[in-house]
Amino acid sequence: MSKLGLIIRREYLTRVTKKSFIIGTLLAPLGLLVYMLVIVGLTKYESGGQLTVALLDEAGMLKQIPDDKAVRYVSGAGKTLDQLKEEVKEKKIDGVLRIPPLGSFQKKEHTIFYYSDDRLAPEKSGAIEGKIAGKIRDFKIDSLRIDRKSLETLDTEVSIDPESISGTEDDSKYTAGIGLAIGGVMAFIMFFMVMLYGQMVMKSVMEEKTNRIVEVMMSSVRPFDLMLGKIIGAGAVGLTQVLCWVVLSGAVTMLVPLFVGGPDPAAMQGAMNPGNMPMPDPDQMQGEGMRLMAELAKQNWGMIAFSFIIFFLGGYFIYSSLFAAIGSAMGDDLGEGQSLVLPVMIPIILAFYITVFAGVRNPNSGLMVFASMFPLFSPIVMPFRMAFNPPWWQVGLSLLLVVISAFFFVWLAGRIYRVGILLYGKKVNLKEISKWLFYKG
Amino acid sequence: MILSIQDVVKSYGNYQAVNHVSFDVPKGSVFGLLGPNGAGKTSLIRMITTITGPDSGAIYLDGEKLNERSPEKIGYMPEERGLYKKMKVGEHLMYLAQLKGLTRQQAQQAIKNWFEKFDIEDWYNKKVEDLSKGMQQKIQFIATVIHQPRLLILDEPFTGLDPINTTLIKDEIRQLNESGISIIFSTHRMEQVEEMCDYIVLINRGRNVLQGDVQSIKNQYKQNLFRVETDGEMPADILSRFQTVDHSKRTATIQLASDSESNDLLRYLLDHQVRVTRFEEILPTFNEIFIRRVEETGEKTEK
Repeated sequence: MSKLGLIIRREYLTRVTKKSFIIGTLLAPLGLLVYMLVIVGLTKYESGGQLTVALLDEAGMLKQIPDDKAVRYVSGAGKTLDQLKEEVKEKKIDGVLRIPPLGSFQKKEHTIFYYSDDRLAPEKSGAIEGKIAGKIRDFKIDSLRIDRKSLETLDTEVSIDPESISGTEDDSKYTAGIGLAIGGVMAFIMFFMVMLYGQMVMKSVMEEKTNRIVEVMMSSVRPFDLMLGKIIGAGAVGLTQVLCWVVLSGAVTMLVPLFVGGPDPAAMQGAMNPGNMPMPDPDQMQGEGMRLMAELAKQNWGMIAFSFIIFFLGGYFIYSSLFAAIGSAMGDDLGEGQSLVLPVMIPIILAFYITVFAGVRNPNSGLMVFASMFPLFSPIVMPFRMAFNPPWWQVGLSLLLVVISAFFFVWLAGRIYRVGILLYGKKVNLKEISKWLFYKG
Repeated sequence: MILSIQDVVKSYGNYQAVNHVSFDVPKGSVFGLLGPNGAGKTSLIRMITTITGPDSGAIYLDGEKLNERSPEKIGYMPEERGLYKKMKVGEHLMYLAQLKGLTRQQAQQAIKNWFEKFDIEDWYNKKVEDLSKGMQQKIQFIATVIHQPRLLILDEPFTGLDPINTTLIKDEIRQLNESGISIIFSTHRMEQVEEMCDYIVLINRGRNVLQGDVQSIKNQYKQNLFRVETDGEMPADILSRFQTVDHSKRTATIQLASDSESNDLLRYLLDHQVRVTRFEEILPTFNEIFIRRVEETGEKTEK
């Protein structure tokens, strides 16, 4: 095996077999599982048990209200408010709901009263409000003798379906949303991986320098090989981790329904649609789901995966080589090195901010086009834009620039690294580092 | 010659670390590379070990100009030396040996031999960080010599070693030398130079200021000083006859004029019926030669 191969192998194996890596790789999807279980659990969660509420309908507006999981409604007809209050005290019922007369049909707001010493949970009060509002609506419709069917035909749901003029793509109303989601996830993974693994390379270079193993290593291998081996080894660890996460997350997502049987549709509908507001037709909903899946399938996943990997590698090589150079220039003191780390961090953070703030508003603005070309930004910005079908030449140019820059930055970092790694006891600033570039081998 | 340094120059920015240095290291010798801190020793060693290259001049190892295969013939133990703390001892040695060009099988065999030699067979699966400092030093020594280098470069090899390890490593160095390996030995400790080295070169401020074999340098720097001890009083006129550096009733340190020799002094003493119990030439210690030469060649050490 070549020396570079030996170095890559060691860098990869020592990291992959570390407990922290194994734990991090396994725990992240497990964390996702817990998170999803909590979310699902929350949607099913009822605050407290079922309340029994006596209904004191002073104007006789309401018909019998069907019980639900949250509240059981009993009629309080024939009893006075005080009698009902006594029943609450005797714990026969949990509370009394008094509905005063409406007064005028023009009235858009109506206050009803709830008597109890226990506070009403917000979720329950929302459910009750929805139910009562629905019943009052029914009451108004009946009283005004409006035809219910013709009333329902008044409601129209409107959605914009964007159609491309030049492209053959049939964009649906989901295209933008899906683009945003895919782009956002990719930009975030890029940002996260570059930061995490770049700094890991930096820390590792610093460790080698401070514990003086480099002195031994340098007499066997070229500094450039050691740096490159570390970058490639750590990058391979990063790809391994992402791959593990993708596989495990997929497995976890499929496991969730086994644990909880999926969110209870009735409960979800109840929570989102209190009362008897018009419900979306279940068939129609299934249709929407199908269209969403079709839209997801329509994305050019092969192209996205290919360019994601190139941009990931490009961005990773650019930044991790810069981090390696900085690490080599740093002494034992991490705090002192912060002034050197900052110039490397700023473009990463800037790229992320541009994506989050400018990209979300308009992925094809001038700023975004520039940022998706500029090699220090493009590894984060371009994958985001990819989901919005940018012109192919822009993607190609950006890829080319990022690959060229990756080579350039690795070369540049190598020049700095070979001097910095063997220099001790000297405070280093950027001016000093720039001089190293011109030292002869 | 195992190593030949020819008019080597190296500078970092405006700082000239090595300034036209030349010397040869004879095959099979123990060669002392001496000099105060900041003299350019480390810069020289880094060029010999191909970590850096000279700005001008040339370095030949065993007749061949330094090239990318040269590191495999060199074993270098830096003054500041470390190991990967999280690695297992055996894997660590395997890694370093493979980087020096050994195959896995060769490395395995070499590790086994050295572990047996130092009686540490049970260390293979220990983590480096669990070893004591002295144990780590043994591992570092093994790592330096595991690929059977032709030339061994040891930079202050005994700093931080306890007396037991010092003796152990010293013996190993001697054995390696006897088996034909040439050794460059960089140190500040002059008593070790006298004890171990055949040849030396003294570097100061990037220049070669003294070189040669240890014995002739000592002769070159001797001041014709003799120390005499007698049984009975010294002759009365000894002070007028010889230049006496210091004397008491029964001892005297005498500096002979360059045209006279030791037997003149001895004959004089015998003629005066003095019984000589001790007569020896005082040779300069390397420490003295070192300090004298460094001062002569200009500014004192920077430390």
